[in-house]
Amino acid sequence: MLTSIRKKVLAGKRISEEDALHLFESDDIFTLGALASHVARKKNGPHAFFIRNRHINPTNICINRCKFCAFSRSKGQQGAFELTIEDMINKLGEGQKAKGKGPGNGRSSRSPRLITPGFSEVHIVGGLHPDWPLEHYLEMISTIKKKFPKLHIKAFTAVEIDYFSKISGRSVEDTLRDLKKSGLGSMPGGGAEIFGEGIRNQLCPEKISGDRWLEVMETAHRVGIRTNATMLYGHVEDISDRVDHLSRLRSLQDRTKGFQAFIPLAYHPKNTEIAGGYTSGIDDLKTIAVGRIFLDNFDHIKAYWIMLGEKISQLALLFGADDIDGTIIEEKITHSAGALTGEKLVAEQLVDLIRKAGKAAVERDSFYKTIRTYR
Amino acid sequence: MTEKPEDNRISRHEAAALFKDADLLGLGMWADIIRKALHPEEICTFVVDRNINYTNVCINKCTFCAFWRDAEDSDAYLLDRDTIFRKIEETIALGGTQILIQGGLHPSLDIFYYIDLLRAIKERFDINIHGFSPPEVCYIADTSDLTIRETLSILKIAGLDSIPGGGAEILSDRVRDILSPRKIKSSRWLEVMEAAHGLDMRTTATMMFGSIETPDDIITHLDAIRQLQDRTGGFTAFIPWTFQPGNTELKERGERQKAKAKRAKTFKVQNAATAVEYLRVLALSRIYLDNIKNIQASWVTQGLKMAQVALRFGANDFGSTMIEENVVASTGVSYCVTKEDIISAIRAAGFIPAQRDTHYNLLRFF
Repeated sequence: MLTSIRKKVLAGKRISEEDALHLFESDDIFTLGALASHVARKKNGPHAFFIRNRHINPTNICINRCKFCAFSRSKGQQGAFELTIEDMINKLGEGQKAKGKGPGNGRSSRSPRLITPGFSEVHIVGGLHPDWPLEHYLEMISTIKKKFPKLHIKAFTAVEIDYFSKISGRSVEDTLRDLKKSGLGSMPGGGAEIFGEGIRNQLCPEKISGDRWLEVMETAHRVGIRTNATMLYGHVEDISDRVDHLSRLRSLQDRTKGFQAFIPLAYHPKNTEIAGGYTSGIDDLKTIAVGRIFLDNFDHIKAYWIMLGEKISQLALLFGADDIDGTIIEEKITHSAGALTGEKLVAEQLVDLIRKAGKAAVERDSFYKTIRTYR
Repeated sequence: MTEKPEDNRISRHEAAALFKDADLLGLGMWADIIRKALHPEEICTFVVDRNINYTNVCINKCTFCAFWRDAEDSDAYLLDRDTIFRKIEETIALGGTQILIQGGLHPSLDIFYYIDLLRAIKERFDINIHGFSPPEVCYIADTSDLTIRETLSILKIAGLDSIPGGGAEILSDRVRDILSPRKIKSSRWLEVMEAAHGLDMRTTATMMFGSIETPDDIITHLDAIRQLQDRTGGFTAFIPWTFQPGNTELKERGERQKAKAKRAKTFKVQNAATAVEYLRVLALSRIYLDNIKNIQASWVTQGLKMAQVALRFGANDFGSTMIEENVVASTGVSYCVTKEDIISAIRAAGFIPAQRDTHYNLLRFF
């Protein structure tokens, strides 16, 4: 079976859903890795990417309360937090200290000083806050953009966009256009989980359906907003659910070409309502490899080190991944659920991991343009 | 393995070429085939044991170690008997079959301390005592003016069952002179192991890599182990693991050098070994050491996910459940792992988990 799939892949032909199931079932991780590497090399040559980025979560207050999530809180619950826009600006300003420019740390400064933080992208996702109106998010984006005009803002999952549209009474398309006008640069791929209805109802009954997630993404791509796509695996799904998920992503990508990277997310079991353990390192590598082989219309496969650990992420570069995400600096969502990693890596560490995997390290911008190649 | 091992044996030269040029997935596949041939049952074993570090006082003060203290230091310790007994009781209560007793080279302990301790344990408990790595054995011998063989015989009669492979680090005196100048040289480490095997005591062999060694040093190490094993057959397992830089003098030295931006010719600390380097050495070990049946994955230094992957890159054993571990933990690396975590990790990696004893006899399947 692997032989015929191998032939297809080497001939540059698309593999079927059935083929993908066989790949997941296969014990031969070495052939999987070699095939996925072949595809990755064709798409990205010897390069593996990272980005200097920073995560900010404006709030963990969320009306959805998905069962697999350890991050969210209800309003008023202990541990609930909400950042003001000023708080967020201050957090972003912390980056300037490392550059040693001037005495202030951004906290006391009220002047609209232009600051270049030590990162090129901010990643903003948060809970579905019961009280914040769409205007709050528009202001959040435009204020950040005003203060940090060069900073790329990647923000809001499809789940948040759908929610903004509901609370504002505006269409998803108009909501996205408003956000884009305010300075939204691109969108992350979160909230996809597993599209299949049966699994989704067990995991997150309050969350938008898989179809709706895809619809929001299709709209985003139509209005010119590029996004990522994720898949949360290793909880209650089986491999046919994974293949179905990948297949729906591939079909949408055929129509829009708007997805940049596919990011498989390994489920983390701590402090959640879904039983089960951590995914195995072998499963993590296989999922990366099958994703790379199956999603022939995706340019990039990201091994998100926060969830996989830096060791498995590095190995993933030999199993089809070409991106290990970035510096991140502060991470709350996976860490609420028992992440075994730290919260940040410095660029030098990322470069070292990439190089030792035998790849050429490239610092990228949010659209995979080269900022710097490390030789 | 119907053929004699020598027939398929790779040479030092071939190993060096593989180390340098081989594609990691190809190397892994090769190691995986060898592992399957040696262990076709797809079982992954582990031992339930506890590390008891009776003292952290050590005159060796190796640069890669964060555990040692001077006798005068405020956090220097020597465990009393009752504490050791209590730890053993707890180990047995948790289904443990072995204790690993290791400690620093404490200047005020002599061989009678060890004899009394071993006897006292054996009088009270039915448990395998896996204890005293070669540097400790040599120190006991030297301070008591005995030969290594005499020392081992005495300790064996007192109750010592088997010897851990620690203190091997890299069996290249070039490396040892830099990392651990006060520690026993390679030849003495090998001498202790050979003497132990001669007395029917089984031992393991370790290798700590990822500090300042070259690929050639690693191959020198593997070759020394393979040669001794050809003579004695006494090694039960090989355990490669990576240098953990936290809180060590070696890391500080490296950082000082980086800060000065000096090109060091004799001394260069690499960043800690990454996942690909670990798997490369692991796979190469499986391929090179054709006369050693078991290779351990080091979840203590690599984490469970990497240990799972290691099972496909040559390893067939998860080592110990480590009810207690102090030495690696003192570098700040500590994965919180229970026996249940180890069992489910093995299962999730596609293997049958089984508890074994010190000699790799299977005790219980899960």
